Amino acid sequence: MYHNSTRKTASVVALAMAGLLLSGLVAGTAMARTDITIGMQLEPPNLDPTGGAAAAIDEVVYANIFEGLTRFGPDGSVNPSLAASWTVSDDGLAYTFTLQSGVTFHDGSAFDANDVKFSLDRARGEDSTNAQKALFTGITDVTVEDDTTVIVTLAEPNGNLPFNLAWGDAVIVAEESIADAGTAPVGTGPFQFSRWVQGDRIEIVKYDDYWGTEAKLDKAVFKFISEPTAAFAAMLAGDVDAFPVFPAPENLPIFDANPQFQVVIGSTEGETILSTNNKQPPFDNVKVRQALAHAIDRSAIIDGAMFGYGTPIGTHFAPHNPAYVDLTGNSEYDPEKAKALLAEAGFADGFETTLKLPPPSYARRGGEIIAAQLREVGIKTEISNLEWAQWLEQVFRGKDYGLTIVSHTEPMDIGIYARPDYYFQYDNEALQALMTDLTGQTDEAERMETLKQAQTIISEDYVNGYLFQLAKTGVAAAGIVGLWENSPTQANDLTAVYWQ
Amino acid sequence: MSQSNVNAPAWYTASRVLIPGLLLVALVILAALVSFVWTPFDVTKLNIPAKLQTPNTTHWFGTDHFGRDIFSMIMVGARTSLAVAVLAVGIGLCVGIPLGLTAASMQGSLLDEIIMRGNDLVFAFPALLIAIMITAVFGPGAVNAIIAIGIFNIPVFARLTRGSALSLWQRDFVLAARVSGKGATRISIEHILPNITNLLIVQGTIQFSLGILAEAGLSYVGLGAQPPTPSWGRMLAESQTLITLAPHLALFPGFAIILTVLGLNLTGDGLRDLSDPRIRRR
Repeated sequence: MYHNSTRKTASVVALAMAGLLLSGLVAGTAMARTDITIGMQLEPPNLDPTGGAAAAIDEVVYANIFEGLTRFGPDGSVNPSLAASWTVSDDGLAYTFTLQSGVTFHDGSAFDANDVKFSLDRARGEDSTNAQKALFTGITDVTVEDDTTVIVTLAEPNGNLPFNLAWGDAVIVAEESIADAGTAPVGTGPFQFSRWVQGDRIEIVKYDDYWGTEAKLDKAVFKFISEPTAAFAAMLAGDVDAFPVFPAPENLPIFDANPQFQVVIGSTEGETILSTNNKQPPFDNVKVRQALAHAIDRSAIIDGAMFGYGTPIGTHFAPHNPAYVDLTGNSEYDPEKAKALLAEAGFADGFETTLKLPPPSYARRGGEIIAAQLREVGIKTEISNLEWAQWLEQVFRGKDYGLTIVSHTEPMDIGIYARPDYYFQYDNEALQALMTDLTGQTDEAERMETLKQAQTIISEDYVNGYLFQLAKTGVAAAGIVGLWENSPTQANDLTAVYWQ
Repeated sequence: MSQSNVNAPAWYTASRVLIPGLLLVALVILAALVSFVWTPFDVTKLNIPAKLQTPNTTHWFGTDHFGRDIFSMIMVGARTSLAVAVLAVGIGLCVGIPLGLTAASMQGSLLDEIIMRGNDLVFAFPALLIAIMITAVFGPGAVNAIIAIGIFNIPVFARLTRGSALSLWQRDFVLAARVSGKGATRISIEHILPNITNLLIVQGTIQFSLGILAEAGLSYVGLGAQPPTPSWGRMLAESQTLITLAPHLALFPGFAIILTVLGLNLTGDGLRDLSDPRIRRR
C-alpha cells in the first residue's frame, strides 16, 4: 500500500505499452493471410474415413471436417473431443461418455447421442466396410442414456477404447448425410467441405457455428501433386504453402538453406518394412526370412533412399513409443551369415523372387538398394514398379508377390500380425493369443510388457524385413504456425494453424 | 571409292556430314561393345557413401544417388539403347519390307488394300500408346519396349517399300523379267529389292535414331528397361528431383542421347546425299 502511486504509474505505463503492442499485433494480424494451400502427394479416393483405408482420406478430413468422441493430439495423446469426459465402470466393461452440447453438423442438424450410437453401430455392424473394424470388435452394445450421454458396453475390459475411438475410422457421422460422405462429407469439425476438383484439389472453409475453439483460418485447400519434381517446383513458386510430407527428401537441404521456408523433421507412425509373403515358398521357411534380414543394410537404405531421414527399426513398432524395444540387433547387416543361413535352408545357390514396388521414393529407391543387397547373397529379385491401384490389387488383396516395400502409417498397428489373412500372411497362434490378452489389459505396465513380448516375437520370427521408421519431412512457408511436427496419426490437423 | 573420286564434289558434300556422323555412331557402338568386357566400375554394385560425387579423376562423370559410376552406366546404357533400337528397326525391316513388296506386286488387289489400310491403322497409333498397351498386358521391360517401337516401325518400311517398288514395277527391266516368266515373288526379291536397298538403309538409319529416342522416352516414363539394367532414359528420370543438387546426373545421359541421335541423323543425311542421284550428278 505504501507504494501505491508508483504502482499506479507503473501500471499506466504497462497499459500504454500493452496498447501499443496490441495495436501492432492487430495491424499484424490484419495483414496476415487466413487461407492456406496444403500439398499432398496422393489424392483420396473418397472422403468417407469410415468406409475407406486410404491414408489420404484422413489427411484431409481428420479433425478438420470429422471429429470422433476422442481425438489424437499432436503428441499422440488421446484427448476429449465430442465426448467432453468419460467414466469407466469398476469392472471395466462400461464406458459412459458425456457429450459436448450445442454441437451441430455442417448441414445444420444437431448432434446428439443418437448420432454416436448410429456411427458406432454402423462401424461395427456386420456389413460395415470400415477399414479398421478390429477397433470396434470388443463393443457389445451402445446405449443412449439421454441426449448427451452414451454408454458403450464391452465384452471384456479394454483400456484402449478411448484410443481406438480417436482413430479417423471412428469419427461420428450423421445418418442423414452419410450416404454422400464419399463426395460431400458432413461432419462436426471446425471446417466444412466446400469443393472437390477431382484430380486437382479439395477446398474446405471455416464452419461458423463450430462448437469449440474456432479455426484461425478461413479457408484451406488441399492440392494433390504426385510428382516429386512438380512438388518441389510448386513449393518454391509459392503455389503450395506447406507440404507436410514432402515427397523428395533430397531437396530438403535446399529449403532449409532458404529463409523463406521452414523444414520440420518429425516422427511418423510409418514403419517401413520389406513385407514378405510368409505363405509363399521359400519365405515360409524362417531361416530364409532370417537370411533376408541379415542381407539388408538398413543404414544404406536410409542414406540412399531417404537421404538420411529415418530411424532404423528392428520390429514393427514406433521408436518414439515408450513400449518400444530396440531389436535391430536381431537383424544386423551380415551378408556372410545370410549366405550361411540360406545354405542351411537348402538355397546355397540362392533363389529368384519378385519385388513389387509402389510409387513412393522410399519404395522405388529402397527397392533398388535392397535388390542390390540381396544379389550379394545370391537372391535374385525381379523388380516391378506398380501404381498404388495395382499394388492394392496384386499385393494387398491378391497376395501375389514375394517381397514388397511399404510404410505402415497407422498408429499402434502391431495387431495386424495377429491377422493370418493379412497380406503378409503371418500365422502364429502365440502372437494371436498375446494380442487377445492385450485387448483385455487395462494396466499400463502390463500392456507395455505384452507389447514388448509381441515385438520380440515378430522380430525373432523375422516376419518381415524391418527397415526404418519413416520421418515426417515437412516443409512450410516461414510464416505458418501450428502444423503438426510429428504425425501420431495420418492427419493434417489445421484447427490451430495460422499465419504469423 | 572409284566413283567418289570421279564425283569429288558429291563425295565431299556427303562426307562433310557422313564422317562426323559415322564417328559419333562408332564411338557409341565402341562404348557399348567395350562395356561387355570392361567398365570402370560395376554398375550393379551400389556404394551409398560415395553418392552424388561431381566429376573427378576416379569417377570421370561423377556418381549418382546410389554412388554408382555414371561413366560406367552410360557405357552399359549405350548397350541397352542400341540393342532396343537395332531390334526394333529389325522388326520393322523384317515385317515391313515383305509387306511392302507384296502390296506393290499386287497393286490394286484386295490384299494390297488390306495391307496398306492396316498400316494406316498402326500409323495412327502413337508409339507411346502402343507401349503403354503392351506394358499393361505384359508388364514393363526392355522386350516390350522393343516390340512397341518395332510395331511402330513396320508401316514406315512397308510404305517406303511399296512406294518405291511401285515405280520400279513400271520399268523395262522388270517387264523383261516378267516376259521371261519370273514370278512376282522372284522379281520382287531379285530385281526390286536390290534397287531400293539404299533407300531402305537411309530410312533405317533415321528410324534407328528415332528408336534411340523412343527407348529413352519409354524408359523415362518407366516403361523401358527395368532396374538394375542401366538405361539413359531412366537415368534422366531419376536425376529429376536431384537436378538442383547434382546437375551432372542429368547432363551426361542427356548428352549421350543427343550425341547418339545426332550421329545417326548425320549418318542418315550423309548416306542419302551419297545415294541420291540428283545430288550425285551435281
